[in-house]
Amino acid sequence: MSAIPRLQHHFEDLPKQAHAAKLGMWLFLGSEALFFAGLFTLYAAYRAHHPEIFRLGVAHNDLVLGTVNTFILVTGSLLVSFAVNALRLGRRTWAILLTLGTALAGVAYLVIKGFEWARHMSEGIFPGGKGSFFVENPEPAWAIFYTAYYGLTGFHVIHVTVGVGILAWTAWWMHRERIGPAAAYKLAIVSLYWHFVDIVWLFLWPLFYLLRNPA
Amino acid sequence: MKNYLNHETTIWSWLSTKDHKRIGVMFLVSVTLFLLVGGVFALILRLEHLTPDSTIVSANMYNQLFTLHGVVMVWLFLIPAIPTGFGNFFLPIMLGAKDVAFPRLNLATLYIFWVGAIVMIYGILDRAADTGWTFYPPYSSVTYTKAGPVLLGVFILGWSTIITGVNFITTIHTLRAKGMRFMDMPLFAWALYGVSVIQILGTPVLGIVLLMVVMDHNFDWGLFDPARGGDPLIYQHIFWFYSHPAVYIMILPPMGVVSEIVSTMAHKNPLSYKAIAYSTFGIAFAGFLTWGHHMFTSGMSEFNAGIFGILSMTVAVFSAIKVFTWTGTLYKGSVWLRTPLLYIFAFLFLFIFGGMTGVAVAATSLDIHWHDTYFVVAHFHFIMVGASLTAFLAALYYWWPKITGRMYFEGWGVAGAVLVFLGFVGTFFPQFLLGNGGMPRRYYHYSEEFQALNVLSTAGSWVLGLGLLLVLVTLIWSLFTGEKAPANPWNSRSYEWMTPSPPPKENFFETPRIQRGPYDYHLPLERR
Amino acid sequence: MNDFLRRLLYLPEQASSVAGEIDTLHFFVIGITMMGATGVFVAAVWWSVRYRARTLDELATTPRVQAGLAVEGGLLAFLIVLFIVFWVVGFTQFLRIRVPPKDAMVVYVTGKQWMWKFAYPEGKQTINTLVVPAERDVHLVMTSRDVIHSFYVPAFRIKQDVLPGRYYSMWFRAVRPGTYRIFCAEYCGLMHSAMLGDVVALDPDDFQLWLEGEPLESFVDLPPGPDRGGVVTQLGPDLADYPRGIPEASPPRSMADHGREVAALKGCLACHTLDGQPHIGPTWRNLWYRETTLDDGRVVIADEAYLTRSMMDPMLELVQGYAPVMPTYQGLLDPAEVGAILELIRTLSEPLPTPARSPEPLVRPPLAPGTLDRVDPARALEFIRETSERTAP
Repeated sequence: MSAIPRLQHHFEDLPKQAHAAKLGMWLFLGSEALFFAGLFTLYAAYRAHHPEIFRLGVAHNDLVLGTVNTFILVTGSLLVSFAVNALRLGRRTWAILLTLGTALAGVAYLVIKGFEWARHMSEGIFPGGKGSFFVENPEPAWAIFYTAYYGLTGFHVIHVTVGVGILAWTAWWMHRERIGPAAAYKLAIVSLYWHFVDIVWLFLWPLFYLLRNPA
Repeated sequence: MKNYLNHETTIWSWLSTKDHKRIGVMFLVSVTLFLLVGGVFALILRLEHLTPDSTIVSANMYNQLFTLHGVVMVWLFLIPAIPTGFGNFFLPIMLGAKDVAFPRLNLATLYIFWVGAIVMIYGILDRAADTGWTFYPPYSSVTYTKAGPVLLGVFILGWSTIITGVNFITTIHTLRAKGMRFMDMPLFAWALYGVSVIQILGTPVLGIVLLMVVMDHNFDWGLFDPARGGDPLIYQHIFWFYSHPAVYIMILPPMGVVSEIVSTMAHKNPLSYKAIAYSTFGIAFAGFLTWGHHMFTSGMSEFNAGIFGILSMTVAVFSAIKVFTWTGTLYKGSVWLRTPLLYIFAFLFLFIFGGMTGVAVAATSLDIHWHDTYFVVAHFHFIMVGASLTAFLAALYYWWPKITGRMYFEGWGVAGAVLVFLGFVGTFFPQFLLGNGGMPRRYYHYSEEFQALNVLSTAGSWVLGLGLLLVLVTLIWSLFTGEKAPANPWNSRSYEWMTPSPPPKENFFETPRIQRGPYDYHLPLERR
Repeated sequence: MNDFLRRLLYLPEQASSVAGEIDTLHFFVIGITMMGATGVFVAAVWWSVRYRARTLDELATTPRVQAGLAVEGGLLAFLIVLFIVFWVVGFTQFLRIRVPPKDAMVVYVTGKQWMWKFAYPEGKQTINTLVVPAERDVHLVMTSRDVIHSFYVPAFRIKQDVLPGRYYSMWFRAVRPGTYRIFCAEYCGLMHSAMLGDVVALDPDDFQLWLEGEPLESFVDLPPGPDRGGVVTQLGPDLADYPRGIPEASPPRSMADHGREVAALKGCLACHTLDGQPHIGPTWRNLWYRETTLDDGRVVIADEAYLTRSMMDPMLELVQGYAPVMPTYQGLLDPAEVGAILELIRTLSEPLPTPARSPEPLVRPPLAPGTLDRVDPARALEFIRETSERTAP
């Protein structure tokens, strides 16, 4: 049986149902964008208060690892886009593999991020301005820079983790033939979520890795 | 006859329902429960204020009580009440649809609401927060009370609101009956659209800033600690960026209700449908631009204060347009003076007065004196209780026949409305004068010269409480002995009255054909 | 007329130079808006009665009345203009309230839980009582020591929030001598409503006398109320214009006296009494070496070690029956000051358990720079210079 999604009783036809699902996901992503906006506002305000130390803090982050992470996430987005297309064309195996590939990209991102955090912690940098680093660098702005760093990247990590979970779950459903070509919109809305997570990183990357040179 | 209430009666059929009408009813019961809880907190606060010093509670308890009164009333009653109660029930029916776009998500919002409420109740019972509903740091970071669970409860509740907003907008876009253009929708649907926009865009900002306070309070992150490079003023900006639009979340659905009831009770088309529809979006948009007027005394630059002042005046104009439209709708109508309309009169009176004091506080020099005094407390209670709660009660009486299949008792309805109105004015009008005199808010102890007005206000609160109790008791009583309600007791032209009272599970017996507008009172009522 | 309306609306006396014009705007705005509101409501009720339904016939119809664009537009325009007028007047008044005049007299204000501390450039310091000359411009430079507070004088119609880590500027001119209540208007914890003070405006000559050392009581009767801190220190003649740390008092007669001074200056007396009266914290009378029950049931002796720990980490060993609200004094008391407080507590027991120790040295260094406990004069100077370059409209 090739997984024709059930038309829910209140929708006129399947295209309407698919359209509603996509609209719903876009609206939800709008709320997620505002979620991160609050955090970006915090960063912006504090960077305006303490421009030099924020710059130094960004310079202290590992540019290579940050850029590798960018490539990983963008590749993941590419893969999941191909997966949606594959599913629409009926190539179920490719769709599943590509989706899992995206999930794997997410996991790789998490591993690298974890490694970065571990390195910071070994230098005595903990959220809340705790740790030996802040004894050596007593200027208060260091504390707020790193707390904002942990806060923003941590919040993003939560979203990446959720994304990985949902991708894996969707791949499983495709495998069990509960999502087939006619229900490709379901994979499409998952991919929308992943693209959003990717875009947030494309803002985090400059704020925490690229903006390191003197004005 | 089988309707949505009696076709299946097991508890499980309610707890697992996807029927938007049952979900709406469960929400109505939930929010009413929390209205009572918040109301009891208020009565205790007013009792305490009978004397300038300690009366019945300690200073600590008082501080916790005013915090919880605000938190419970705002997030467990005012914000959800009309959208999740009446919006869930009536939006699909008004659009000629069989359900909302995402029925299972709709049920989820009910459960998320309860999880949030339980987390909050746990916090309340443990060592409730004493920070005020605004949770300003640094105090919220250092207080010994357990602000954490209360904050998390609010955060969780935010998700219920956001998902409701997503559901409503999608429903309006994709499930309107054939032939219903946007400008054919009942005005209540417009109100729900506007409020959903604010909920989706504003609530996440609150969520994130409260999470930041949790990190500061529970994990000492120091995000707002000046000694660690933080700035408490940033919190205020981010918090009010949500909390000002939040007050429009609390007033737009009531305004939608007023639009419906005025047209029905006056049997008259709205003076200007477009004015109401567009001003809804004017409020939703402009409401996001005015948050700074909560912070005039916080030390912002004069330039900022000026901008926020002007923008605040603009928002008032959109509300004024609605008021004029509603009032003008009564002209040359055929007006039925029944309980719902009595509540609408109370709404008009109290919303206009309260709204005008809002214009007054937007005049920056005046706000310097009034900020953080009882003047502001009176202003927002005039709107939140005098307008929002009043409209909620109006909606309850107006739609009672449709939801329950029973008529309420008109005599008791009038009595309740009068008591609620008089009690409200008695409670809150003296508070304007207290604010003028300089009595600050959140004050456990007050100076002796303020006692007389405080006693007056407390007496008013008893009348208000009595009125609300009367409303509750007589409405519940009517469930058992009220007369059976016809499909259209008000001779309304709006779509929800075209189906039986109570509606069948599928909302309509046959797919509705929308051949006329919901306010075509110049045409005779169609016979079915 | 002004006074009649003022009383009708329950407004306090107009004791500052700006209060009069603010109240005028108040009467104007409230008057017009209330008239408008009444008009609209009366129209609604009138039309409801005039057009009440004569028949409940289902077939009844009503004429389709639509407001024309002219009516809508006209109404809109009228309201916008009206509200902008309100805003313009309010904003120009706001600018006058906010921009301090040049050559105003400066007083430094620190808000902390739960008191106001005032410091004068001449070196005088007071708690909760702001003494100023009437008919002179006074410029307040303010900050907070801990959480957000708000300095509010209803009689002057002025208010300013104070946040920790920032400085704020506010000014006023009292139009006549008198005593005017100060409220804290931003919720700051347990004793928020007891954080009261007074502005005492003296005749300019009397103010000069007070600055030179006359006690305040010889000019006014201070009103009763919770925790009147009153004047704490008197000063010698040769001091610079700006505060440089806690001004040196006349030599304390004993270490216990010094302890009394420190206890007042550091705010201990806001919560601890010296005479046995129960208050927010345990009284210091008869505290020395007293058996004390903690909130976890243990019984300890209130010796030097316990008392010192209580100052540095109050939450660790909380006394049973008291709210956990004491702030820590880690870094805010130097060892000499801790010792002085202990000596004070020791002398409040009867009979004295041991002979008094020798008096402590006269010269004390100012506080380390960067603590929020006092105003940093360099920063404050900069701030004053900046703000005094602006002029009011």
